[in-house]
Amino acid sequence: MTKIVVVTSGKGGVGKTTTSAALATGLALRGFRTTVIDFDVGLRNLDLIMGCERRVVYDLVNVINGDANIRQALIKDKRVENLFILPASQTRDKDALTQEGVERVLNALRDDMAMDYIICDSPAGIEKGALMAAYYADEAVVVTNPEVSSVRDSDRMLGILASKTRRAEQGGGDIPARLLLTRYSPERVTRGEMLSVDDVREILAIDLLGVIPESQAVLNASNAGSPVILDTESDAGQAYLDAVARFLGDEVPHRFLTAGRKGLLGRLFGGQ
Amino acid sequence: MSIFSYLLPKKQRSAAVAKERLQIIVARERSTRGGPDYLPQLQEELLAVVRKYVPVDPDAVNVQVDRDSGCEILELNITLPENHPS
Repeated sequence: MTKIVVVTSGKGGVGKTTTSAALATGLALRGFRTTVIDFDVGLRNLDLIMGCERRVVYDLVNVINGDANIRQALIKDKRVENLFILPASQTRDKDALTQEGVERVLNALRDDMAMDYIICDSPAGIEKGALMAAYYADEAVVVTNPEVSSVRDSDRMLGILASKTRRAEQGGGDIPARLLLTRYSPERVTRGEMLSVDDVREILAIDLLGVIPESQAVLNASNAGSPVILDTESDAGQAYLDAVARFLGDEVPHRFLTAGRKGLLGRLFGGQ
Repeated sequence: MSIFSYLLPKKQRSAAVAKERLQIIVARERSTRGGPDYLPQLQEELLAVVRKYVPVDPDAVNVQVDRDSGCEILELNITLPENHPS
């Protein structure tokens, strides 16, 4: 059965595209046929993060409008088997994204392309693109930074998910939503300068999928156009691998939640 | 944390402030979630009427919509100031 997952947040710049790329790549590494779709019509970026920007010929809106079929538009990843990218359109207006058109694309990915997972990379905001990315989802990953505006926007997005998905409209209730806390800095949490993972969980009241530490590896990965999850040496890459395992139901303890230990002298005189 | 931080006076940690502010604003936004769009305006106009007679705080009026087995309940709470002569 095909599962549709929306990666959303409300606020921009918190790591939705990084997470979509990592999650899709991680699922494909586990052998699942996975497509990641960029819903940010007009501001395409998933292609850059996935490193396939020069291979884009057709896009989501082309498929919706019937200019291309799904086979022509899907970009097959060159590193990971079973991984496909459907880029957003760069030029057309957002009205091209119709509910009926999105449903046709998702059905084609399920029926014709036999996908196991479809990851919908939502644009920021609560406009049409974000609503379309979420509408058909079976499950949501809410990406949040430990920072006031991001947490508030995530809560707002949870409210929208509770009423604006197809399942909610048909009376099926909320879709399951899990928290992915990104750009986490245990050192700053210890110093009382950053909301802790427990603080954010308490406020949003949803299950925790994972915590991704603030890491230089994320910028390095986007510079190179290679999903950070492929950098298995890095803390962020490992945290994403853990999150994918949890996503698939494995029990994996959370890592990278505490600051590195300091020696006695460091604890006495260092600190601040 | 160094031992000196226990000796020096300390400002409240900013994360604690963030958490408290978020809890308040999120609770407030959730209470009107899913309700009709006119709720904030309704709240404001009610407040104006009440204020003609009683000096109440802007936060003293709380409007909430509850759904209970098919019917909607508009709940209105106004906290009067303690020292107000009734």
